[in-house]
Amino acid sequence: MNQALPTLTLKDFASDQEVRWCPGCGDYAILKTIQKLMPDLETPKENQVFVSGIGCSSRFPYYMNTFGFHTIHGRAPAIATGVKLANPELDVWVITGDGDGFSIGGNHMMHVLRRNVNLQILLFNNEIYGLTKGQYSPTSQVGTRSPSSPTGSIDSPLSPCQVAMGSGGTFIARSIDTEAKHLTSVVKRGHAHDGAAFIEILQNCPIYNDGIFEQVKDKKIAADFRVEVEHGEPIIFGKEKEKGIALNREKLELEVIAVAGNEDSILIHNETNKIQAQMLAAMGGEDFPVAVGVLYQEEKSSFVSDTQSQLQQARDKQASLEALLNSGHTWNVD
Amino acid sequence: MELAEEKLDEHHLDEKEVIDVVVRFAGDSGDGMQLTGTNFTQATALYGNDLSTFPDFPAEIRAPVGATFGVSAFQIYFGAEDVTTAGDAIDVLVAMNPAALVTNLGNLIDGGLIIVDSGAFTAKNLAKAKYESNPLEDGSLDGYRVFSIDIHKQVLAAVESFGLSHKDALRCKNMWTLGLVMWLFDRDRSTTIDNLKTKFANKPEIANSNIAALNAGHAYGETAELPAGIHVYKVPKAKVAPGTYRNITGTQALAWGLIAGSEMADIDLLFASYPITPASNLLHELANRKEFRVNTFQAEDEIAAVCAAVGASFAGSLGITSSAGPGIALKAEGIALAAASELPLVVVNTQRGGPSTGLPTKTEQSDFNMALFGRHGDTPIPVIAASTSIDCFDVAMEAVRLSTKYMTPVMLLSDGYLANAAEPWKIPAVDSLPTFSVTHYDDPTDFKPSIRSEETLARVWAKPGTPGMEHRIGGIERSYDTGDISYDPANHQKMTDLRKAKVDGIANDIPLQEVCYGNNSGKLAVVGWGSTFGAIHQAVKRAVSEGLDVSHIQVRYLAPMPRNLGELLSNFDAVIIPEMNTGQFIRMIRSEFLIDADGINKVAGQPFKIGEILAAIHEKYNELGDRGGKS
Repeated sequence: MNQALPTLTLKDFASDQEVRWCPGCGDYAILKTIQKLMPDLETPKENQVFVSGIGCSSRFPYYMNTFGFHTIHGRAPAIATGVKLANPELDVWVITGDGDGFSIGGNHMMHVLRRNVNLQILLFNNEIYGLTKGQYSPTSQVGTRSPSSPTGSIDSPLSPCQVAMGSGGTFIARSIDTEAKHLTSVVKRGHAHDGAAFIEILQNCPIYNDGIFEQVKDKKIAADFRVEVEHGEPIIFGKEKEKGIALNREKLELEVIAVAGNEDSILIHNETNKIQAQMLAAMGGEDFPVAVGVLYQEEKSSFVSDTQSQLQQARDKQASLEALLNSGHTWNVD
Repeated sequence: MELAEEKLDEHHLDEKEVIDVVVRFAGDSGDGMQLTGTNFTQATALYGNDLSTFPDFPAEIRAPVGATFGVSAFQIYFGAEDVTTAGDAIDVLVAMNPAALVTNLGNLIDGGLIIVDSGAFTAKNLAKAKYESNPLEDGSLDGYRVFSIDIHKQVLAAVESFGLSHKDALRCKNMWTLGLVMWLFDRDRSTTIDNLKTKFANKPEIANSNIAALNAGHAYGETAELPAGIHVYKVPKAKVAPGTYRNITGTQALAWGLIAGSEMADIDLLFASYPITPASNLLHELANRKEFRVNTFQAEDEIAAVCAAVGASFAGSLGITSSAGPGIALKAEGIALAAASELPLVVVNTQRGGPSTGLPTKTEQSDFNMALFGRHGDTPIPVIAASTSIDCFDVAMEAVRLSTKYMTPVMLLSDGYLANAAEPWKIPAVDSLPTFSVTHYDDPTDFKPSIRSEETLARVWAKPGTPGMEHRIGGIERSYDTGDISYDPANHQKMTDLRKAKVDGIANDIPLQEVCYGNNSGKLAVVGWGSTFGAIHQAVKRAVSEGLDVSHIQVRYLAPMPRNLGELLSNFDAVIIPEMNTGQFIRMIRSEFLIDADGINKVAGQPFKIGEILAAIHEKYNELGDRGGKS
């Protein structure tokens, strides 16, 4: 199949629609990265389908020159499941946001992950409702002042990667809107995964929540606030890679320690270790860097391949409408 | 109009030959009454009677033994003439315990036959049924023929040689009772024997003891000394058209109609659903038929189910979803997405008593308004209704045809009665079914998703995986010309008008409304939709035989309605509309055609009785003045 594919470039994947996000929106960077990596995926363009719900991020499919379905609030995972069940040959992407994917559509997200439906799910997390003009979202930090929480939000936020882990997700990763190289590599890994690939992308909303990820994005300070995890590599960060993550075995929790003199205590990232991945997904706040990269991957049979094998088994039987209608007890009247 | 009831001519069990009979088997939900009923139904069909059946089970899966709310019943109406309802009043009541007797006695005709298991009339069971004294002994059943047998004792004796436990032995009492009722109506036991052998193929001792019980019940009728007035009844065979027949429930017919629709349209189906009473059986039936072009998906909720169906339609299959009222309410946004993005979708609503959880196991027609109007925005969709169990087959095929031809969601209305009721079906020849092959668009020259047919106004269906067809659609208003997002005011007007015109135009693609019984004009038309068909049909037939000028019109196409319906109704002096709701379809008739129709409305969770419709016909007829005819 590869040989038959024409050589495509970013331009082939850009639709003729004028992009209408706010100037400076992190979505532009994500769009560009995805358009640019599409030719490398070796999937015919006509097999690419982008499905989205409602919100700023959900405009994404309009700007991809592929098949796209901009649907209703929170339901993209369910609609994408139907697309994939109807035609397993298709390469199906879900584009969603923190409100769409984890508030109104939280239930579908949980089930699409536990079923391991073969989809790439890109969650644009800007910790705010943008399209409805700035209300706090289920990932907003406590105290977020917004039109609907003028004195500060009181709900505790959820962590998308932790929820995805708890839902039985088989590929959990995190990246950053403007880190094109990192995002590209994570998305390509997710695309290659057989099952549901969940990728949280930290995305800046310059209008309603500007700078919320500044610590992990600002080149000057990011080294201290984020750690890029690589399978088989020690989990270290800081400008000089002088700090590392270790397990405090007594308290059964992670801690940040100096690398020097503690080389043997630094955790080695193991994508297949679920407990460790859960701890990495939870990192952040004042004491820990935010982990980016592929946090977890598990080989597990996928929903679509299991469905197909059951269908195949059923279809080994000869299907005859006439035989069906005449099955069971019948009688003749002369 | 007030709901009233007329007692129909009672069947005289004094005669050796009776034209038709209603038998009701009632017992605990664990007593196997449904199995007893279906076996009796098979034997009756083979005997050559026309018939209709209705299982009536409680919402509780296993209610406490002996409780009145745990009574499960199976009613069969069979006879020598055409039978279209499960019957008004019971001629023969089989009551396996006091609770079954007390909950069903009210529907038994005077002089009706009661077969009871006296072994179950213990002090404990009598108390559970709130009997202060034993009705078998206190004379309260004197107006009936009571055939009281200690079935417990009889069964234990009949199966003694098989070495079953006491509990397992007693479980054969439904077969013993069935044997007796089969003797009463001269039915052949061989199909039931075959069924038992198949069902218990791995447990021959269970099969053999049930067969022994069946035969013993039959032998009891032949040999025991019977109370006066109880004897074998002959019910003459019905005159039916030649052909091969089977019994079929509405659920089965609907599922098979969808499968037939997929074959005729040459298209794959994705049936996505979430379990809900009384719609779940449709999912079960289709989940077992994946050798056809059917896949099923049990979604996490009602919304996911409709959305997965819409996704499947976007991908080029036909998405189908199914539920009952509360679930359909949850699907409304997804249905509107399919309407906006102009994708095919079939939504099956097996209506039940509402609002909210309402009466999940009981029947009603109260979702008419929701089907026609229950969406945000100006969102017209076609709505069609099945009127009998076998009609579900044709209506399901029609839903597939309309949704794919017009690129629109179609709502198919069934109800709890139709879903569970069974009737004999003359099996159609597959080559006689209509074909309506569906094609996906694949011409890349100047392709736009908004290209539409001038005839149907439907847009093209271009599916992913087809080179050159890449396009984006969605719920945001689309430009009429390009299919791209458009906020242009004039375009929204044009698209809203287009969506309406497309659905309205279906009126030109459906049959003209016919009168199903009686004349095309006259004094009175009884107009129904859905499962009221059976009762209206019998009532109108009886009224006509009395010499009254009455016609029966049953409407399948509720939106858009047949284009001659208004004119047809205007040919009658009066119109009455029976509905199992407070009057929903009637508003449509009154507002669309300015016809001063009268409603007969019943929301008791039970189908109309023939006598209720007949009483309304008589009342209206009297009101109209000259009654005419012989009565």
